[in-house]
Amino acid sequence: MDIKILLVDDEFDFVETMTKRFHIRKMPVTSAASGMEALKLIDEQDFDVVILDVRMPGMDGLEVLRQIRAKRPLTEVIMLTGHASLDAGMQGMSLGAYDYVLKPADFDELLDKVRRAAERKALNVSAQARG
Amino acid sequence: MIESSGYTKLRIKMILTTLGFSLIPLLILGYTIYRQFEAAHTGKVIQHLSHLTENKRRTIDLFLNERLSQLMAIAYTHQVEYFLEGSTLESVFTLMQARSKYYIDLGIIDQNGNHVAYTGPYQAIRTANYKEEEWFSQVQAKGFYISDVFLGRRNYPHFIIAVSRRDGDKTWILRATIDSDIFDSLVQSDQLGANGDAFLLNADNVLQSKPRFGPKLLARMDLGAFARFTGVRTETIAVDGKPFLVGLAWLENKNWLLAIRDDPSEEMMPLAHTRSLMWIILAGGFLLIAGGTILTSNTILAQLVRSEREKAMLNASLTQSSKMASLGKMAAGVAHEINNPLAIIKEKAGWMRDLLEEEDVKASPNYKELEDAIAKIEYHVTRAKDVTHRLLGFARRMDPIHEDVNINDVINQTITFLQNEARYRAIEIHTGFQTDLPFVASDSAQLQQVFLNIIDNAIDAIGKDGNIHIRTMAVHDPNEVIITIKDSGPGIPREKLDKIFDPFFTTKKVGEGTGLGLTISFSIIQKLGGQIKVESEEGQGATFIISLPLNKD
Ligand SMILES: Nc1ncnc2c1ncn2[C@@H]1O[C@H](COP(=O)(O)OP(=O)(O)O)[C@@H](O)[C@H]1O
Ligand SMILES: [Mg+2]
Repeated sequence: MDIKILLVDDEFDFVETMTKRFHIRKMPVTSAASGMEALKLIDEQDFDVVILDVRMPGMDGLEVLRQIRAKRPLTEVIMLTGHASLDAGMQGMSLGAYDYVLKPADFDELLDKVRRAAERKALNVSAQARG
Repeated sequence: MIESSGYTKLRIKMILTTLGFSLIPLLILGYTIYRQFEAAHTGKVIQHLSHLTENKRRTIDLFLNERLSQLMAIAYTHQVEYFLEGSTLESVFTLMQARSKYYIDLGIIDQNGNHVAYTGPYQAIRTANYKEEEWFSQVQAKGFYISDVFLGRRNYPHFIIAVSRRDGDKTWILRATIDSDIFDSLVQSDQLGANGDAFLLNADNVLQSKPRFGPKLLARMDLGAFARFTGVRTETIAVDGKPFLVGLAWLENKNWLLAIRDDPSEEMMPLAHTRSLMWIILAGGFLLIAGGTILTSNTILAQLVRSEREKAMLNASLTQSSKMASLGKMAAGVAHEINNPLAIIKEKAGWMRDLLEEEDVKASPNYKELEDAIAKIEYHVTRAKDVTHRLLGFARRMDPIHEDVNINDVINQTITFLQNEARYRAIEIHTGFQTDLPFVASDSAQLQQVFLNIIDNAIDAIGKDGNIHIRTMAVHDPNEVIITIKDSGPGIPREKLDKIFDPFFTTKKVGEGTGLGLTISFSIIQKLGGQIKVESEEGQGATFIISLPLNKD
């Protein structure tokens, strides 16, 4: 099963490296450098999982999360946070994020969370189709 | 805080001021009352002396009057011939002596000064002629005469009273000699007290009666010159350099001065009593006031020192809190800025690890070296991450939840985490819990972190072989739960004692200590409304004391 992933982070080097690491595991990743760009991509395509940095210049990660939830309620979001760790993470959770990961994150852990988020999305989608 | 020399100065100032303000009125009051008393007393003494003097004067005047009247009566009721007959004079004299033993002799002198009749013990003067004597002309002129005391032909202190009677062209004189001792008994009396004195002086200041002290009869006693005056006078006269109060009165019948000297010791006794009583009261008052002043100033100063110390402590803890608040903000910013590069470094290393799996790289002779290098990079990124995450943990604004926490349970749980480590290092953890410890409305997870940090530090401090004692108890006023964690480690040197709560203060090796454990513990306890303190002396171990409020509102 192919998971459609969107990675949102303003750090170019980070996005680039993560993309490569997902690609080598045969997981295609689309990337966005800002909240605005991410929302535009989400309008165009249906992603399974969004990996979203909390702190970015311009639109704040939590705001982006709110809009994603509004646009695509089935898309799962994993928050990436380097700041005020638990607080922002918890806040994200209460806004409906699937989970949060502290920067610098362990890649395998992140990968695991992405897979499980995708599974949940699939479950939700089929439940909706049936119900 | 005011230095101790400042306190001493303040104390001296306080004591002196209070003493001054209370002692000066006391002294003025004492002095005034004493003066008042002294004046009243002196007035009373003078009055008493005046009365005494007046009474004595009357007595003596009366005595002289009586003698004079007696002689007059005798002289004027009989002709001179009557007395010259046989032993008439003698029987008259016997009669007179019956009234007063002080008569020495009695004689009759004719107008030529010849002793014509005599009765008395001094037969030698029988034939004496008094024509040239001063008194003889005086008595003839005035009709009566009272002499000063003198020794005379009898060589015995006496004085004479003479009356003259003109009988046709003849004049004769009846003369009685009186022992001057009579004055001694008249003048002296026990009213004078043990040291008082009384005497008669003639116009030339010659003593006419025997004083009890000082010169003899007929010696001069110089009290000064007093012109005749009526009534009684009191004077302060120095005798032998000492001032005496003397009552003075001139006799009416004779120009003799009666002088009565008060007993100075008796006169001064009540004053001396009052004075010593006053000193005792003053000394007592002084002691009381001084004691009270010292006590009050001690209490006030102790209060002052206490409040100063409290202020200093409050200041210190405020400084500590604000220091940590600003450091916390900075740490959060720094940690965040570092986390992003760390994340990139970590992902780059991860990407390199991914690439190592490629066939051609695996074949490279440096494969092992590369893998090693990547492992090291990952290890140190993790280490750095531990620091930044702890910093963020410290900085994060946490709203502690308030659940009912059984502190004993939390500590027991914490100990289980550390038990293995402790056992391995031969460290025994002893607990002394108050079994009925009240629940504390607090945050157990955060408290656990605090206990973990402190016990962890204790284990680190001991190293190997030692004891950790953990006690809990509830106290009143304020209602708190106190947790003490005491270790048998090397203790904390005095100069480091106020630094251990500072962020990044550590004495541990790089990589072993972050210097954040106590900082975080401090801020957690503070946010929970409690206090954390440390007591330690080098070589005596360290004791961390945590107090948590019971009634958190
Ligand atoms: N029980 C103790 N005995 C002796 N020193 C102690 C004790 N607890 C703390 N310290 C000192 O306080 C320092 C700071 O402690 P902490 O803030 O926990 O940081 P760390 O443990 O990472 O060094 C320690 O490095 C140590 O020097
Ligand atoms: Mg520590």
